[in-house]
Amino acid sequence: MVFLGGQVLPGNVGRSILGPFADQRAVDALNHSLGVDRPLLVQYGSWIWNFLHGDMGTSYVFRAPVAPFVMDALGNSMKLALVAFVLVVPIGILGGVIAALNFNRPLDRIISLGGLSVTVLPEFVTGIILILIFGVWLRWLPIAAAWPKGAGFLTQLYYLILPSLPLFLVLFGYIARMARSGMIEALDSDYTRTAVLKGLPWRTVIWRHVLRNALLPTITVIATQTGYLIGGLVVIETLFRYQGIGSLIFTAARGKDFPMLEAGILTIGIVYAVATLIADFLYSVLNPRIRLGAEQ
Amino acid sequence: MSATDTAKLPAPAAAPDTAPRSPWGEVLHSLSRSGTFLTGLAIVVFWIVCALFGQYFVPYDPLASDIINALTPPSADHWFGTDQLGRDVFSRVIVGSRDILTVAPLATILATIAGTALGLLIGYFRGIVDDIVSRVLEAFMAIPVVIIALLAIVALGTSKITVIVVIGLSFAPIIARTVRSAVLAERELDYVAAAKLRHEGALHTMFVEILPNVIPPILVETTVRLGYAIFAVATLSFMGFGIQPPSPDWGLSISSNYGMIGGGFWWTVLFDALAIASLVIGVNLVADGVHGAFND
Repeated sequence: MVFLGGQVLPGNVGRSILGPFADQRAVDALNHSLGVDRPLLVQYGSWIWNFLHGDMGTSYVFRAPVAPFVMDALGNSMKLALVAFVLVVPIGILGGVIAALNFNRPLDRIISLGGLSVTVLPEFVTGIILILIFGVWLRWLPIAAAWPKGAGFLTQLYYLILPSLPLFLVLFGYIARMARSGMIEALDSDYTRTAVLKGLPWRTVIWRHVLRNALLPTITVIATQTGYLIGGLVVIETLFRYQGIGSLIFTAARGKDFPMLEAGILTIGIVYAVATLIADFLYSVLNPRIRLGAEQ
Repeated sequence: MSATDTAKLPAPAAAPDTAPRSPWGEVLHSLSRSGTFLTGLAIVVFWIVCALFGQYFVPYDPLASDIINALTPPSADHWFGTDQLGRDVFSRVIVGSRDILTVAPLATILATIAGTALGLLIGYFRGIVDDIVSRVLEAFMAIPVVIIALLAIVALGTSKITVIVVIGLSFAPIIARTVRSAVLAERELDYVAAAKLRHEGALHTMFVEILPNVIPPILVETTVRLGYAIFAVATLSFMGFGIQPPSPDWGLSISSNYGMIGGGFWWTVLFDALAIASLVIGVNLVADGVHGAFND
């Protein structure tokens, strides 16, 4: 589908590279050298075949293989996503747990309403406001995620904090809400009451009985948010001028660099599939009631 | 005397509470008492008024540039300052609601119509139709809207119609899924069996018998989608794939001005960002209120 979207719809590739005034013979020659004058199925077959062998094609714009660009960008994006995830998963779960333990009290209201409000805002809006506060007014953090060449881990981290915050805010709302509703349900359950009634200390009840059950749905949410995260990365990387997979796709789309665009999007698809698989696996490890492939 | 008078006053108002009310009257009544809904409605109405009549009361022409007074900070003359072309930011923010408030609702209506029709079909026929269509819809939902939009807009070119169609069609599966699950519950009820016994056609049963009974979930989902549609339109405009210059659209203004915030020209983006934030939160408050009113 990605292939069809990228390759068929734009029409004449040679024409769009050379512009409307180019000689028809030049257009034909270029089309032939790029291989786009072959039948569609043949093109599709060879594209998939090459992709599986690590050859993602040649960029129309850079006239160089796509693969190194995509791999670099993917690495950068993973750094950014990792910073956001490392921040948001514990804090989001903690927020949800605190909200649930203070159910219907002011603290719960603040966390729930605040989480909901920041979740619904577009990333570039929260991004702009955060840039203004921390980058322009307080001058604590750099406003572009472009660290000097050869910067160490901590410097890179320093540059990545601000870009990861808008992603953090969006994900925080989802994760906190799931953790909260999971907690409330678990706190209300029979096994919690049994645990309390048999005299276990409250702390043990929460840790051993409530949390384990409450956090299962949260894991699924975290995994499904990978898809969202990728959409968010396109925006955030553009806003912070960060050389990640999102800005790669964006630039490729603007420059009509279709091999780059297709490779970028297919890579994202693979990352998404792997993330979903890992989540399914984690879920089954944590939940003894579901074992993959278990006999009924 | 006056004390007893005021004490008596609520009595006639309370009387209708006990009187039987139509289901829709019930919903309207609980909406009119929901603080969330009314706050959201006030924000949304404010922006609708700005979109419709803003051009008549803003102090400056939002498109008129005045290079000599470019980038002046907020003052008595220009409440929100001026942008890089010397255009009045206040006037642009007020009038900037117009395009997003046409494109986002139209996209939502398209999504609702397409999604409802599809959901009715797959929910009513179930079986193999449902299996195939549902899998296709799931595949679509796995791709972030930004990516779909990027591909479609690269292929089809940028126009308001493209944005409406892209957002409408990428939201339709989500509405279809909601409608489907509502229809699955309804189709087992007696009135559907009665319609079948009367030999009503499938289309009649779907659209005349079942549809009126699944309006509440559709209405809730539509208001929620409207919030996301505004999110998506703003994001696409910011990326340069949505509403085009010289429209004073908020996302577009941010994208053309945020390059300069490192120089401290915060007023060129802050007010647009706050405007988007208020509109998105307003629509979400309305959606929350509608959801609450139908589920009480």
